[in-house]
Amino acid sequence: METRTVKIALGVAAALVMAFLYLPLVVIVLDALNPARITGWPVPHYSTKWFSVAYHDSTARAALEVSLKVAAGATAVAVVLGTSAAFAVHRFRFFGRQGVSLLLVLPIALPGIVTGIALLSAMNYFGQRGSITTIVLGHATFCIVVVFNNAVARLRRTSGSFEEASMDLGADGWQTFRHVTLPGLATALVAGALLAFALSFDEIIVTYFTAGSVQTLPLWIFNQFQLPNQQPEVNAVAVFVIVLTVIPVLLAQRLMRDTGGATR
Amino acid sequence: MAATSAQPPAALRRRLSAFLYRHRRLKLTLLLLPPMAWLVVVYLGALAALLFASLWGINPYSFTIVHTYSLGNFRTLWDNSVYRTVTFQTVRMAVFVTLTDAVLAFPLAYFMVRVAGRRLRAALFVGVLMPLWSSYLIKAYTWKLIVATNGPLNWSLGKLGLPHLHLAFTNTSLWITLSYIWLPYMVLPVFAALDRIPGTYLEASGDLGARPGRTFRRVILPLALPGVAAGSIFTFSLTLGDYIAVTLLTKSQFIGNLIYVNAGVAGNLPLAAAISTIPVVIMIVYLTLIRRTGAFEAL
Repeated sequence: METRTVKIALGVAAALVMAFLYLPLVVIVLDALNPARITGWPVPHYSTKWFSVAYHDSTARAALEVSLKVAAGATAVAVVLGTSAAFAVHRFRFFGRQGVSLLLVLPIALPGIVTGIALLSAMNYFGQRGSITTIVLGHATFCIVVVFNNAVARLRRTSGSFEEASMDLGADGWQTFRHVTLPGLATALVAGALLAFALSFDEIIVTYFTAGSVQTLPLWIFNQFQLPNQQPEVNAVAVFVIVLTVIPVLLAQRLMRDTGGATR
Repeated sequence: MAATSAQPPAALRRRLSAFLYRHRRLKLTLLLLPPMAWLVVVYLGALAALLFASLWGINPYSFTIVHTYSLGNFRTLWDNSVYRTVTFQTVRMAVFVTLTDAVLAFPLAYFMVRVAGRRLRAALFVGVLMPLWSSYLIKAYTWKLIVATNGPLNWSLGKLGLPHLHLAFTNTSLWITLSYIWLPYMVLPVFAALDRIPGTYLEASGDLGARPGRTFRRVILPLALPGVAAGSIFTFSLTLGDYIAVTLLTKSQFIGNLIYVNAGVAGNLPLAAAISTIPVVIMIVYLTLIRRTGAFEAL
């Protein structure tokens, strides 16, 4: 129904919005390749010097290790709890079902700083210091919904008749789950897990309040911002972080392509 | 029990699954209990702790938390006009950012659904997804560099023979940055909502004599609204609670960095907790208001 003029106008608008989304990412990469300590613009010449500096920085490496541990922990919790919630909400009709869905979304619908301060207040209440465990507690809370969304999207599109057939052919509940339900759900769960991992790996708003003296990679970057002349190294780490989060996300996207549920 | 465990594991498993099959309520409970227990204990529990903490006070001399309950912090919030100004400024920013993202996201999503071919559409989808997942912190920081007096923006303007802009440390730069960072959160639900509109609806509208403009206003727009509303939950909530982009990009105070400063440097956790009830109340009002548009189903 769109006329040719409208289509062209939409095309131009879409191209401009995409350019707006991508130009800043180009700036990050160019900055990381600038060998000077003080960033100038335009970048005079390019080198991979800062990638090597960042690679050999022991504090950055330690922070990376913490971030990987946290993301792994939060993802593990989120996969178990998110899948279980998805089965409950999809397979059953019960009183308070809307409330359950709302409670799952709430941690991402309310500002992260509220979650952060709330967890800090609770830690304070119990005299608990910040540690990897407290960070995982916080991250898992908002990662559950990511796994849940992916699992529910897949369950909605898989027919229950496969499971009925399996039961009719004599399989018990566990065998049906193991050989019919789980294989159908597997890629959605992997996709959800990858997204949860990426989300946790990049998180700083909640992490800042629950970390105590522990340093995750985003916290390391944030601290470097406060120091003078650390910017080129941070840019190099930034490019690394972006690559490390984008790869799982692209993988997740491929896995969920037919279900279209790879978003939050 | 002893008799059961003596049986071969397969038989036990069979009996257990048959038992669960017959007792659906029990199965539901077992499925629902762990995630609900986690969210209620960790999340709602923490929110309860936040409410308690907001009623505590602070000893003005030793800066230690006094565990006696009073409404003193809320009194401070009410009496000091600063908090009202900051709240107003933050909500205004959230509204601006949300509107900007809606205006930018709509044509892109519309193009993806109604104009682009299958391959271009898939490419654009991934293209929107990628910036969403690349580091928030670094995107905020990059905008600080872009709008810096001698940064890429002014360099490009200079090359084009245009005058320099003085955006460094202004609310304008924060507005651009937040609109930029949250844009994918708006594009994806709008895309999903537009994608769900069956082509037959548009044909029917045309057959009934509506011109394209009218079909757009009376059919497409109302059906896309839940998507915009769903996206706005994110753009609104994320802007209300932001403190990192705020700290990096502007010198003004917003709710987020008031909480951040009080919880951190100022060491007044009770006041920080009291301030953070403001975005919670605003979000609850906001969620209640837009619930009717069907935003939750479009999330």
